[in-house]
Amino acid sequence: MTVTVYVPCDTTALALGANAVADALQQAAKAKGVDINLVRNGSRGLFWLEPLVEVETSEGRVAYGPVEASDVSGLVEAGLFEGKAEHPLAHGLTDEIPYLKKQQRLTFSRIGVTDPLSIEDYRAHHGFAGLENALNMDGQAIVDAVKDSGLRGRGGAAFPTGIKWQTVHDEPEGQKYIVCNADEGDSGTFADRLVMECDPYMLIEGMTIAGLAVGASQGYVYLRSEYPVAHRIFNEALDRAYRAGYLGRNIRGSGKHFDLEVRLGAGAYICGEETSLLDSLEGKRGMVRAKPPLPAIKGLFGRPTVVNNVLSLAAVPNILDQGAQAYADYGMGKSRGTLPMQLAGNVKRGGLVELAFGITLRELMDDFGGGTLSGRSLKAVQVGGPLGAYLPESQWDTPIDYEAFAEFGGVVGHGGVVMFDDTVDMGEQARFAMEFCSVESCGKCTPCRIGAVRGVEVIDRIRAGENADANLTLLTDLCETMVDGSLCAMGGMTPFPVQSVMKHFPNDLTRQKA
Amino acid sequence: MPHAGPQPVQDWTPELIQQAVDAHKDMPGAMLPILHAIQDRFGYIPEAAVPIIAESLRHTRAEVHGIISFYHHFRTQPSGSHVVQVCRAEACQAVGARQLEAHVKERLGVDYHHTSRDNEFTLEPVYCLGNCACGPSIRVDDDIHGRMDADKFDRLVDNLTTTAVEVK
Repeated sequence: MTVTVYVPCDTTALALGANAVADALQQAAKAKGVDINLVRNGSRGLFWLEPLVEVETSEGRVAYGPVEASDVSGLVEAGLFEGKAEHPLAHGLTDEIPYLKKQQRLTFSRIGVTDPLSIEDYRAHHGFAGLENALNMDGQAIVDAVKDSGLRGRGGAAFPTGIKWQTVHDEPEGQKYIVCNADEGDSGTFADRLVMECDPYMLIEGMTIAGLAVGASQGYVYLRSEYPVAHRIFNEALDRAYRAGYLGRNIRGSGKHFDLEVRLGAGAYICGEETSLLDSLEGKRGMVRAKPPLPAIKGLFGRPTVVNNVLSLAAVPNILDQGAQAYADYGMGKSRGTLPMQLAGNVKRGGLVELAFGITLRELMDDFGGGTLSGRSLKAVQVGGPLGAYLPESQWDTPIDYEAFAEFGGVVGHGGVVMFDDTVDMGEQARFAMEFCSVESCGKCTPCRIGAVRGVEVIDRIRAGENADANLTLLTDLCETMVDGSLCAMGGMTPFPVQSVMKHFPNDLTRQKA
Repeated sequence: MPHAGPQPVQDWTPELIQQAVDAHKDMPGAMLPILHAIQDRFGYIPEAAVPIIAESLRHTRAEVHGIISFYHHFRTQPSGSHVVQVCRAEACQAVGARQLEAHVKERLGVDYHHTSRDNEFTLEPVYCLGNCACGPSIRVDDDIHGRMDADKFDRLVDNLTTTAVEVK
């Protein structure tokens, strides 16, 4: 009898030795005379268990992790190929692991379950069902479904996706574009990467539906060059989707046309800003454009363009398959649906947690994260990437919801949650925020270009004890100037982490370096 | 899936550069695809490529230079046999990236943007490799390594230098 064994192939699993584990399993099976079918599935997003090996049994899939190559012979002796759970690394049925069981996975329902490149697997798990529906709808009906779902841009700005689509839909016919922003530059985020590595057809399907909705026949995925594994897997998925007739001139015999191509970025954080991304796609320096005109009216090559984050587009197939209301039934207030959150940094159980909006940050960090990796007490949390504020304990009971975070000047952003224990020097973190901006600013506007450099200098003086009070006043002014005077969020939000350190961790900033 | 090894790098000639340009120049927004193609093939973007690209895309040389220098990914000098990138972003900072960074610089004997004396390693900073739950992370050529520490890094460097000798 053939035993099916799963070893994930995403960046994190590979970074922790999944290929060596797969090799060791093949060798152990051969030595034991067991016939195995080794599937390289996507990751379940339970990163503290990676590499997570699963074995198919009559009860379901059984999990073992984190597995190193050197653990394999012991695991096989303890009955891994029979799905036995008598080993310290055995976790029983994968679906019963509380971290996974407690989630509400709509977008990420397939990750880790399927072979990312298998169209058959994808179809067997609701794949392309949304597209089949969309092919029988007119553009306006698709736009209406997305509007009714309440989906808001998951890149960070939270602009209603349906309204953006409506604007592009209403522009006169002609060349229009769908651009997917896969320049996932925020530290602490990896959900876009997981989509592209573990369920690439979902993004292809979402972009095709967007194309049908607004009348665009060409799509581009702008992918960061820091993601070589996503690039390889997604390109292979594109090839296969073309061969199976899901892309091209005549999608599944419908006569409808959509072409899709991946373009690689080149290591510039600012290209995650949509107008800078468009300039980069056009082959220029990634400089921010002034708005208006909106990209929806004059976007790529001056044509009407939908620019959406990976997660926004990945949410669309489910909405078209299960209906807008089913999606809108999740969430709180004006934040509808689910948010794929990412637990990162100093965390015991890091990974992807997809839940309806509304869970508090503390529940997320304790119930899912299990506290810090170091076992020390948690001191600060940065939510929403390098431009997000550092949150002190008094703010951890905030529910994850765009408006609730905005109330105290926080951002949910792309859903990244980076935890720091009590060894962190918050003064160093404030300095880093300015330093990062000085490296990554596009240089177009003065508050960002010069402000970030001056910010590093002023923080250095404060930390060295030079005229600390006067320099703190100067830093306060500088932050206000950057917030009010910058052209885009790069300069406009870089002060958020700095201001949060001044407000909540002032002693760290003024304490002189040893 | 095979492990990604060091990029096979070829010596450039003006003809080969022109070939790489011609293969991509008709794409809309051809500049970045061209620059990637040149760097992937020759390991860097030689100065001599600038006028060729400028001529083919109807740009000025200053514009082409401005684009190359805007993006951290593109380099205008050859790299060592391996490119080592250390993640400097917050999630990795929270689990010791600053200490790892200091160790890597000491072990390789170079600062960022420099190549070790034996020409084996070029060291670069990177802001996020998307492995934020299992940091600190580094990238060596196309392989990403998680939960990196000083000992693991030393073993990795030893392995890579040994392999390189065997290949030669």
